[in-house]
Amino acid sequence: MSEQTPVRTTRAVQLTESREALGGRKQFLGGWRRRWNRMARWQQWLFLIIVLAAVYYLPVANPWLITTEPGNDFPIACFQMAVYALVAVGLNVVVGFAGLLDLGYIAFFAIGSYTAAFFTSPDSSLIHIPYLWTLPLALGIAMLFGVALGLPTLRLRGDYLAIVTLGFGEIIRILATIIPAARGQVGFKEVGHPPGTASDGQPIFSVSNGVPWYWLAVTVIIVILLLVGNLERSRVGRAWIAIREDEDAAEIMGVPTFKFKLWAFAIGAGVGGLSGALFAGQVGFVNNQKFDVATSMLFVAAVVLGGSGNKVGAILGGAIVAYIPLRFTAIADYKYLIFGIILIVLMIFRPQGLVAAKAHLLTYSRLALDKVSEFRAARVASEQEKAAAAEAAKGVPNE
Amino acid sequence: MSEPRDEKRERVPVENDPNLGAVPESVPNEGPADADLTDIGPDPTPEADTDVPDEAELAEVLAEAGIDEEVAEAAASEREIAVEVGEKIIEVKAVTVKFGGLTALDDVTFHINRGEILGLIGPNGAGKTTAFNAMTGVYKPTSGDVLLEGKSIKGKKQHRITRAGLARTFQNIRLFGEMTALENVVVGLDARHKTSVPGALVRSPRHYREEKSAVERGIALLEFVGIAESANTLSRHLPYGSQRRLEIARALATDPKVLCLDEPAAGFNPAEKDQLMDLIRTIRADGYTVLLIEHDMRLVMGVCDRIVVLEFGKKIADGSPAEVRADQRVISAYLGEPDDDAA
Repeated sequence: MSEQTPVRTTRAVQLTESREALGGRKQFLGGWRRRWNRMARWQQWLFLIIVLAAVYYLPVANPWLITTEPGNDFPIACFQMAVYALVAVGLNVVVGFAGLLDLGYIAFFAIGSYTAAFFTSPDSSLIHIPYLWTLPLALGIAMLFGVALGLPTLRLRGDYLAIVTLGFGEIIRILATIIPAARGQVGFKEVGHPPGTASDGQPIFSVSNGVPWYWLAVTVIIVILLLVGNLERSRVGRAWIAIREDEDAAEIMGVPTFKFKLWAFAIGAGVGGLSGALFAGQVGFVNNQKFDVATSMLFVAAVVLGGSGNKVGAILGGAIVAYIPLRFTAIADYKYLIFGIILIVLMIFRPQGLVAAKAHLLTYSRLALDKVSEFRAARVASEQEKAAAAEAAKGVPNE
Repeated sequence: MSEPRDEKRERVPVENDPNLGAVPESVPNEGPADADLTDIGPDPTPEADTDVPDEAELAEVLAEAGIDEEVAEAAASEREIAVEVGEKIIEVKAVTVKFGGLTALDDVTFHINRGEILGLIGPNGAGKTTAFNAMTGVYKPTSGDVLLEGKSIKGKKQHRITRAGLARTFQNIRLFGEMTALENVVVGLDARHKTSVPGALVRSPRHYREEKSAVERGIALLEFVGIAESANTLSRHLPYGSQRRLEIARALATDPKVLCLDEPAAGFNPAEKDQLMDLIRTIRADGYTVLLIEHDMRLVMGVCDRIVVLEFGKKIADGSPAEVRADQRVISAYLGEPDDDAA
């Protein structure tokens, strides 16, 4: 080590470690973050289960003050929040992890919606399949489109990529308008829904009943979160963050950057398609009116607001962006203005987003933490020993 | 891995000139062209750098650098290192690099022998970094060829060149700032990992195996360069010296045959430079070949087995530190030609 440090004490080591647990920066909810990292595995799981139970219970509880009623049905509002959260989780892979600014993400959402409509709506002449099958199908088709868009464009960087993706978003919307099979503004009615009939003969997953839809969406989010989490704590996540931090250096360190950028694009597109299919199922109607550039910007705003590069932040950002116009109906017309102001204020005071946590990139991070603590302990011990020896040496001549 | 190492030590030692450290008297000391040249002092450890150490000396070098031999063992390459003595590992054959009308590198030919530390020096703008970039695939040579172990790597993708066994550090530090020191090193280790994206998605057994070995080797590499205690610190929060060391660890993690260091001592004080020299020697002792671009003459003369000198994109000298130091063209390249009337 080049710098000479004074004798370290156990206390000093603890302080360094607690600072590192924060990822080296001051954090919103910083105390929670530190406490979370210190918890044992079973405590973390217990905590997660309690949070999950609360999340599942939310639309049934319909809590006072939080509720969006009477303006909007609360369970349906919850479902929309969940869809936005899922979109943000997918977009976070592209923007937050790999650092590729995608301004046309709505295109994949649209592709997912139309996939669900084409294969389930009676207005479509294609073969019809059960609605639940359209979820993986939408994911797959959106992924293909992601690869098709990524192959020629991912050689571009930064602003250029943003402009091309913006164009792609518009292309998909305009195609939906001009291709007769996509039925333009007339759209597709009676998009399918999962099977099941309640005791009163009504289908469980009806357009007016948001609760089962919300539960379905939350379940999908959990599955996607686990899978994205697996990717994050692997060479894939490390490659993405490395590309975001310094693409040239990543390439020179042996990361096949193009391949991993393409994967990020495809995975992000797939999640976008999935959320589109979910949305189409609940609303039950798909036409070309919902897939405009402004919504695409809203998706990016959700990721940036929550904390780019952080899954929890993405979910929070997505939920907030969906929630505010539903809760405060009086100001819903000004939502872009409000989000614009919020983002500007956020960029000034908290550029890293609401939840700014470093991505976890190692499967065995605890092993690494333990090893480093060992090193520090050994160093403290040897330095204290040395100090004691020096004391003793000083003492001898005096006697 | 210690056995193959012994064989390599039999390379013919460069002649140990006792006067090597002294500044030739014909060279004026206060050259305005390059202040570094005034740095040519006595070599700190003339024996260690001109002679290839045997096992006992190796232990000494390691001890000097404050590195446990076991650590060096753990950090060393996992692959079998071929040990043919003195064989050419990299050949740069008549490489020319042109940027439009500007010829940055003009018909430069040199080679690097396995197990040696080659210095690449020259005044500012001589084409050192261009040569470096032409080798590592950042630029494609206009003509000529670059061979790694007899196979052409010219025009290959950069990540393929890295996997073929040529790793580099950067003159201006380019770490992944939002990643910890350990994660930076593991990115380098990933160059040898084979987990696919679907494999990582479902966490295949190979994923677990590679992740575990990555943490262990990553920590060992950090210990090897002396910053293991900072393994979980974000790399942008590390002090400057540790960042430079981390760059070396990250490059070593890709398990290279040749490690290229681009001005690793930039911004270091003399004590830090000494530590760096020890580290470079330890790296070589561990079975890596090193190419060093450096401005600091004391460091280059102290640590290199052979030196290639570039000026205006052309090679003007190639030889042992003593030969290069005595070379009239090198002296004039660094200090300028004496005026006729002054001579």
